[in-house]
Amino acid sequence: MMEHLPVLVVIIPLIGAYTSLVGGWVDRRYAFPIAFINILTQFTAALLLTVRVMQEGVVRYNLGDWLPPWGIEYVVDRLNIYVLLILLFLSLLCCAYSKRSIGMEIEERKHTGFYTIFLLLVAGVTGITVTGDIFNLYVFLEISSLAAYTLVSSGRGGKGLVAGFNYLVMGSVSACFILLGIGHLYMLTGTLNMADLARVLPPLYTSTTLHTAFVFFIVGLSIKTALFPLHLWLPDAYTHAPSTVSALLSTVVSKMGVYATIRILFSVFTVEFVVGYFPVMEFLSWLAAIAIIAGSLLAIAQRDLKRMLAYSSVGQMGYILLGVGMVNQLAMTGGILHMLNHAVMKGCLFMVAGAFIFRTGFRRIDDLKGMGKRMPWTSAALVIGALSMIGIPPTVGFMSKWYLALGAIEAGQWVFLAVILASSLLSAVYFWRLLEYVYFREGEGGVEGGTGDVPLPMLIPMLVLAAACLLFGIFVSIPLSLIDPVAESLLGGV
Amino acid sequence: MEPLESPVPFIAILVPFCAAALILLSYRRRRLIEAYSLLASILTFALVLILLPRVMEGSEVTWSVLKLLPGANLGLHVDAFGLIFALTSSSLWIVSSLYSIGYMNAHDGHNLARFYAAFAIAIASALAVAMAANLFTLFIFYEILTISTYPLVVHEGTEEAMRAGRKYLAYLLTAGVFLLLSLLFTQHLAGGNEFTSGGILAGHATDFIVRILFLTFLIGFAKAAWMPLHSWLPTAMVAPTPVSALLHAVAVVKAGAFGMMRVICYIFGLELASAAGLNMALILIASVTILVSSFFALAQDNLKRRLAYSTIGQLSYILLGVALLTPQGIAGALLHIPFHAYMKITLFFTAGCILVSTGLENISEMKGIGRRMPLTMGAFTLGAIGVCGFPPLCGFFSKLLLAEGSVEAGAIPVLLVLLSSSVLNAAYFFPIIRTAFLDDPAEELRGRKEAPVLVLIPSLATALLSLLMGLYPAFPFLELATMAVRALAGGP
Repeated sequence: MMEHLPVLVVIIPLIGAYTSLVGGWVDRRYAFPIAFINILTQFTAALLLTVRVMQEGVVRYNLGDWLPPWGIEYVVDRLNIYVLLILLFLSLLCCAYSKRSIGMEIEERKHTGFYTIFLLLVAGVTGITVTGDIFNLYVFLEISSLAAYTLVSSGRGGKGLVAGFNYLVMGSVSACFILLGIGHLYMLTGTLNMADLARVLPPLYTSTTLHTAFVFFIVGLSIKTALFPLHLWLPDAYTHAPSTVSALLSTVVSKMGVYATIRILFSVFTVEFVVGYFPVMEFLSWLAAIAIIAGSLLAIAQRDLKRMLAYSSVGQMGYILLGVGMVNQLAMTGGILHMLNHAVMKGCLFMVAGAFIFRTGFRRIDDLKGMGKRMPWTSAALVIGALSMIGIPPTVGFMSKWYLALGAIEAGQWVFLAVILASSLLSAVYFWRLLEYVYFREGEGGVEGGTGDVPLPMLIPMLVLAAACLLFGIFVSIPLSLIDPVAESLLGGV
Repeated sequence: MEPLESPVPFIAILVPFCAAALILLSYRRRRLIEAYSLLASILTFALVLILLPRVMEGSEVTWSVLKLLPGANLGLHVDAFGLIFALTSSSLWIVSSLYSIGYMNAHDGHNLARFYAAFAIAIASALAVAMAANLFTLFIFYEILTISTYPLVVHEGTEEAMRAGRKYLAYLLTAGVFLLLSLLFTQHLAGGNEFTSGGILAGHATDFIVRILFLTFLIGFAKAAWMPLHSWLPTAMVAPTPVSALLHAVAVVKAGAFGMMRVICYIFGLELASAAGLNMALILIASVTILVSSFFALAQDNLKRRLAYSTIGQLSYILLGVALLTPQGIAGALLHIPFHAYMKITLFFTAGCILVSTGLENISEMKGIGRRMPLTMGAFTLGAIGVCGFPPLCGFFSKLLLAEGSVEAGAIPVLLVLLSSSVLNAAYFFPIIRTAFLDDPAEELRGRKEAPVLVLIPSLATALLSLLMGLYPAFPFLELATMAVRALAGGP
């Protein structure tokens, strides 16, 4: 059992998808518990796998006992397991949250399908994190992306459908680029195994074909991670998707794009290549810095809560990539730590936005007057999430800011330092406006939808994430103990 | 003597935090909230008081809370230097709690749970700033102080309050970013950020870098309200009076001035500060602030705003004292933290008393109010005399030390600034006293009586304390200040 863990974490949700489909066919009410138990099992498996990774360093698994590089190899090291734990933790909470939140947003006959696709998405993102094979990565990327397009358009009303279609078009373009990149690599080397590629590529570092492949990868992945200015699909998708899907997209789906980018940049190609032979990191860092500022400014301009959060995500993705792009250990640690932070904070905030919509139907920030009194727990979660986004200590948002800023100083990148520090002020501008409405302006009363907090299945995931913002901030040494060696190993000898 | 490891300082900070949680959870029950707030203040003060004999013996109390990030620990360290500020804030919290209860009852306050909880967190943060063992800890609680005082500034919820709140945050969060920047650079240059007597930056940076760093620190400590970064303070006066009294005359603003002192003495070090010429810049800024703020104060008709400008000037006394870099100057600056606090809180309390019983805020309307409210205005007079620096109030001693310090440093212009400031202070306080006692009471004041007991007693108590400390300045503050200065000089 234990030796099959790497493949089990992928198979569990795949089987679960069909089980919940059959279960939901028997009785619609079965779909949710099956999905939830499934992800819970998967999460447990991931925890067991973590123990193994901590003991063995790297866990390798040959699919069907075919030896790499011919067969597909699953490789789980500290980075994979870190990302995997974040993804599954958030998927679990989103799944719990969805039980009540999809009630109004998705037609009841679609609920079974929703959970089936939900599980397929989870299977896809899990597959991306554990695989050591670049074509396999592409396949899983497509599985999760297709599932994501469907989920975005699953809500009532036409806007979700349009947003989902836009997302589909952009996502497919991105997939084409990535596939072309893989094709070029295969043409050059005849192998698809990441470790193998890293081994045979160095002599080819000057080859034009390789450079072409690399550019394909960068463009494709940039669309997937919604790196400014390729973010255009994101605001609509996040805004018009059902709330639980918005939370899932911003935390889980966006992280898998970032993870794929880090893997391909540093494990397939290497630091030597991306710094020395094809100096793209400087360029990526500048794009990320622009993304941070532009995302924040666009967020300030929004009046719709979910749209504001969506634009803020554009900026936050910039944070992660800026950390990665500065190519030094402190900044890299900050960037990787920010993957956790952003998942926790944004998940919390999207759930809060969903809770407001659930209770009152209000999406606009101006309508949220006096919510602090009407929904005290939801608003409390909002405060913690917002403070964390601004980067007020001791929340988790501050910790990554600390690392990123130290990294920028170490690299002597004063502009990036200014961007990192200024962006926390910009987030203060748009989050504080929100808090002002929620807490310090009196509501007009007599609003339909009643008062009181949302039902517990929605409230608990939200509060868990809010607590995580504080706990991971105060006890930041826990995630750090997992990722500290990661930055070093990714950066190799630099 | 060896530093003593003890969790007492940590518990003293934890108590108000726990109180805040309890207050929020019992938000419907007004009496319970008030009881929690009062109990927490007494308990906190008692805990700080336990530390006093230890520190007086010459031993320092430390407690390492948590290793947060590599190179950045959350730690507490209580020495005579910090204890002065800690004692000031925690002792005044008791009187302000009483005062808040009386004030809020008289004003039919709303959102009380939020008010008392934010108040408790602010006090806890101020305590933590006082007892921080390193710059990192100081920074964290400096930020929490900003955030926790925001709900208090906008407490009234009016459009004016919201605007004031935005300005407050704009200034102080930006300052926080600059402080973070300075912290990061200190960490980068010196490889650490522990407060060390004699400083940690010497030998790690060129004079140019040191000057830049000093500037970013100075902007970071905008809470000290030096000019031109002062304008958030008068704006923040829209807050309820207890907030203006304790937070915007004591805890928040002195966290800024205290932080600047800590940084100059324990991060830069006195030698580096004088070698890089930092003191001259600070003397200039502080002197300008002292003089200009007095003129601004003269022009204010709103009593609280006049007091706010007076606070701005008095805070720069502290900056000026440390900038002199002489033992007497630093002792005077340290002493001015508690002494000004007691006197200024008296003034704010009495301003609140007037507001509660007559609804008046403008000085021009307060004709003859001293005849209707003799106790209140008596307390006000005492406080005003003290702020001007006249004996026998305690303000005299801190100013005396500052004057001695300036002579010691050979800075005669500074002496002139101090003297002319006293004259200016008198110029903006004495007309109030004259109006209150000598003018005939206006018609509207007919039948007005003294303020309610719960707001009157704290005002009288702090006035009396300022007088007592003026008569017996030695214990504990003067002794603590002397010890702190001795420790800085490397003595026992």
